[in-house]
Amino acid sequence: MSVSVQRERRSRNLLLLSLGGRGKSKEAEIKRINKELANIRSKFKGDKALDGYSKKKYVCKLLFIFLLGHDIDFGHMEAVNLLSSNRYTEKQIGYLFISVLVNSNSELIRLINNAIKNDLASRNPTFMGLALHCIANVGSREMAEAFAGEIPKILVAGDTMDSVKQSAALCLLRLYRTSPDLVPMGDWTSRVVHLLNDQHLGVVTAATSLITTLAQKNPEEFKTSVSLAVSRLSRIVTSASTDLQDYTYYFVPAPWLSVKLLRLLQCYPPPEDPAVRGRLTECLETILNKAQEPPKSKKVQHSNAKNAVLFEAISLIIHHDSEPNLLVRACNQLGQFLQHRETNLRYLALESMCTLASSEFSHEAVKTHIETVINALKTERDVSVRQRAVDLLYAMCDRSNAQQIVAEMLNYLETADYSIREEIVLKVAILAEKYAVDYTWYVDTILNLIRIAGDYVSEEVWYRVIQIVINRDDVQGYAAKTVFEALQAPACHENLVKVGGYILGEFGNLIAGDPRSSPLIQFNLLHSKFHLCSVPTRALLLSTYIKFVNLFPEIKTTIQDVLRSDSQLKNADVELQQRAVEYLRLSTIASTDILATVLEEMPPFPERESSILAKLKKKKGPGTVTDLEEIKRERSSDMNGSAEPACATDGSTPSPSADLLGLSAAPVTNPAPPSSTNGSLLVDVFSDTAPAVAPLAPGSDDNFASPDLASSEVVSEEPADTVHDADELFHKFVCKNNGVLFENQLLQIGLKSEFRQNLGRMFIFYGNKTSTQFLNFTPTVICSDDLQPSLNLQTKPVDPTVDGGAQVQQVVNIECVSDFMEAPVLNIQFRYGGTFQNLSVKLPITLNKFFQPTEMSSQDFFQRWKQLSNPKQEVQNIFKAKHPMDAEITKAKIIGFGSALLEEVDPNPANFVGAGIIHTKTTQIGCLLRLEPNLQAQMYRLTLRTSKEAVSQRLCELLSEQF
Amino acid sequence: MSVLLPIWFFSERDLFETQRLRLMLFFFPLLSIQQMQFMLLFSRQGKLRLQKWYVPLSDKEKKKITRELVQTVLARKPKMCSFLEWRDLKIVYKRYASLYFCCAIEDQDNELITLEIIHRYVELLDKYFGSVCELDIIFNFEKAYFILDEFLLGGEVQETSKKNVLKAIEQADLLQESQNEDWGGLSEDIL
Repeated sequence: MSVSVQRERRSRNLLLLSLGGRGKSKEAEIKRINKELANIRSKFKGDKALDGYSKKKYVCKLLFIFLLGHDIDFGHMEAVNLLSSNRYTEKQIGYLFISVLVNSNSELIRLINNAIKNDLASRNPTFMGLALHCIANVGSREMAEAFAGEIPKILVAGDTMDSVKQSAALCLLRLYRTSPDLVPMGDWTSRVVHLLNDQHLGVVTAATSLITTLAQKNPEEFKTSVSLAVSRLSRIVTSASTDLQDYTYYFVPAPWLSVKLLRLLQCYPPPEDPAVRGRLTECLETILNKAQEPPKSKKVQHSNAKNAVLFEAISLIIHHDSEPNLLVRACNQLGQFLQHRETNLRYLALESMCTLASSEFSHEAVKTHIETVINALKTERDVSVRQRAVDLLYAMCDRSNAQQIVAEMLNYLETADYSIREEIVLKVAILAEKYAVDYTWYVDTILNLIRIAGDYVSEEVWYRVIQIVINRDDVQGYAAKTVFEALQAPACHENLVKVGGYILGEFGNLIAGDPRSSPLIQFNLLHSKFHLCSVPTRALLLSTYIKFVNLFPEIKTTIQDVLRSDSQLKNADVELQQRAVEYLRLSTIASTDILATVLEEMPPFPERESSILAKLKKKKGPGTVTDLEEIKRERSSDMNGSAEPACATDGSTPSPSADLLGLSAAPVTNPAPPSSTNGSLLVDVFSDTAPAVAPLAPGSDDNFASPDLASSEVVSEEPADTVHDADELFHKFVCKNNGVLFENQLLQIGLKSEFRQNLGRMFIFYGNKTSTQFLNFTPTVICSDDLQPSLNLQTKPVDPTVDGGAQVQQVVNIECVSDFMEAPVLNIQFRYGGTFQNLSVKLPITLNKFFQPTEMSSQDFFQRWKQLSNPKQEVQNIFKAKHPMDAEITKAKIIGFGSALLEEVDPNPANFVGAGIIHTKTTQIGCLLRLEPNLQAQMYRLTLRTSKEAVSQRLCELLSEQF
Repeated sequence: MSVLLPIWFFSERDLFETQRLRLMLFFFPLLSIQQMQFMLLFSRQGKLRLQKWYVPLSDKEKKKITRELVQTVLARKPKMCSFLEWRDLKIVYKRYASLYFCCAIEDQDNELITLEIIHRYVELLDKYFGSVCELDIIFNFEKAYFILDEFLLGGEVQETSKKNVLKAIEQADLLQESQNEDWGGLSEDIL
């Protein structure tokens, strides 16, 4: 029967059901559906066994009803029954129902898996296809358990049909995504790589996806795919448009495959083999050249397919970030697209350029397009495109063009879509702060922000401007003058009143000399806004007033009158009432001296992470705030000095009446926000005081190096200190094998290791804590010349790209050849948002890891102890306890150290003794130790006796750090 | 996108590690290259006509996503660009006559090639049904699914050749006829 006839007959009847809503009520449709469901249910439950055909019919109806948007809670069993039918159509409907409706329901899954198993074993390619599609569609863990071992065999078997191979490849990919641990790597992997050479382009297309995902996780194992992918790509891009027959799409040869191959290549650094590298460069050049050729067709499909390949090629060029020539060409190409008549292309060009802006090779080239981008901001009709333009302006901003970009963003803000206003406000605030040379410009910009888009100025923004004004005395007078002027506008935003109130309260005296802004005028101006403001703002203004009492004794009585008025003293709001009462009382009884002390100017805020950045990061998804990290790093290098945020910087929403002025005389510092493990990562990143990174290039010209901050405290936070921090963590690993070795705002390094005799294996986990990719990620384990002969370390390279939020793992195989002193160093380099990061931490591979505990009796112990009485064999250390002297913890530490803990050996039960053998490849060294705590003095005496002086020395050093 | 789970649990040897438990924040390994998260077909009236999910989601989430997305896409004017950011995903959509085809991909994925995935799918439907219309997809929904499965599997392009995809479907149709199936009968007593 022809399709069209089918269509006729079916639609005639189904029309009524599906379109029942048209003209009739929704209820009527539901009623009809319910009736039908009841009918099907009764058929399924009926005494008479249904034949396959009816079963299929009803299952299909259920599916239809489900797809109309109604819930289906039965029929699963019947669908499963259909799977074992020999009739193709029954089987097919059964599989479809399961693909659409089954969510790994454990009871059914077993039955389904059984049916799938039979079909896979049937050798009937159509049945196998159905089964594989079902696995790929459901992809549950149970299915992975059942089939992850089987499918690779199907995939690489010589006699498997091409179409089955395609399904098998993608099916395996789905299972690998669900449960990577269940997909066994093995011989098949090398054969899969060679599918890149397959004659059937469909097979290559499917296999490439699989290989890409596998290569991401096991780059070493799939390294050979690089040259194969390059040669395949080269054959495609140089082929004539007719060569690939049905795989040519609107005159573009195999666009999907090309994109996938370019994607695969992005899992690797540029090829090392010069021949392969040359060939790849040729391919990329060809693709760029083709973009300049006149189109072979006017159809949009032609240009889309062609440009899809082009954009993927540009992504690869950006990923490699090594060929300035290609980068600049890519940038020029995107520049052309910026003015293309296709909206889609303009969108994508803006988007890609954002990434290019962070490459040092192309940053300047991107900047040349500033006028076009600004124009896009003004003229684009689609908000998503304008959004891209804002992002790009933000990414291309540097000192040279900051003023222009900020001005344009402010301009745009006046008419910007509500949906993106807040984000623009944050971006403007950040750029203004980051690139401010002259702080008057910064103050102007922020006040403009409040004027234009006051509603979208979050607390963080106006807190920040106050922090900066307070910390920089060169701008305080200007700020006071400017806010005073701004407040004179008849209608000004409440945020401006807050900023104005705060700044005049602190620095109003700086402009009080001018008769146009005398104390009384200042006060009247502020008080004229008072009644229009919300409670928190009014609370803030009350604080300003009491500050005025101190600054300007001449208006004290005016202020006292205001405070004394009923509307204050009897205010319904408790906070306002309390402030009014307290401030009035304070102004009445306190002497001038006391007032001056209590109401002293705020001390500078201890600087750290800008809370605005945190806010923007929270707002924006991954990948869009690349450039921000730079600021963060620049800043954190000399700002993290202080321990805790002042109350105003605290990222959490303060209570509405939070006291910004900090009336308690001492600077208000909130207790450290408890670092919650269940909070979002971001919050954690910004609120904890994790050790800073060592190699954060400290920007000496940083905007915030205010005199107060350049105190000795800050200096001590320079990189040298962070090494110490890392050292501390290093010592923690002496007695344990797992944990976090290092953490900063970008990266977390975790360790998990095991040792046996003189061998060990360490798993290093690198976690990208940001939402942006790390590129060229290269960890290297370095042994010093002294260390090298004693310790053999083998590492596997890791994927050079670490995606935002992703974690990669590296294995280090360790062999201890002879006893050693130093620890190897783990050096990590990567590129993050355009900046090169380089950091080193000591890797906690210490001699005691090769301990084998030895149990022995008291008699044995002391006999050996005496044998090792040569003064060179004994090393002793007496030291003060650094931790509470808890016997249980001490025991755990000695066991963690690796030696046996010998109970009832020492005549003094308070003492601890241990024994063990250090295994190296060349020798074994017996070790005895004795730890004598002195609770009263809070001291320990640690004695180590081994047959080798250096070993005693090293072990004593290591263990002394532990208590 | 960022799923945060501690990936290991400290062994009993780490008795004295409790005070730094917060350091255990570790990421679950995420695989970032994922061609497509889901595909939705819906009408101008906002009626869902086909849904294909390549990531496991609960029914509730699916419904919520569908509702939000349909609203967002329908609100867009013609001539606007075919891509939009939505939650952590990127939406690529195109309208063909009364139907919207809408795919969700990840941030790093290729938008234009996804647009052409949509087009190729439309071509496949068109070729199979002979000038396809919304009703074809409503009444032969299973065919629409079968064609999609031949073309895209697990969110990845499986076979881009129009000939090969349709050959597979036609073979199945042949099997159906040889088994003397009458599809028209299905609907006769639906009401």
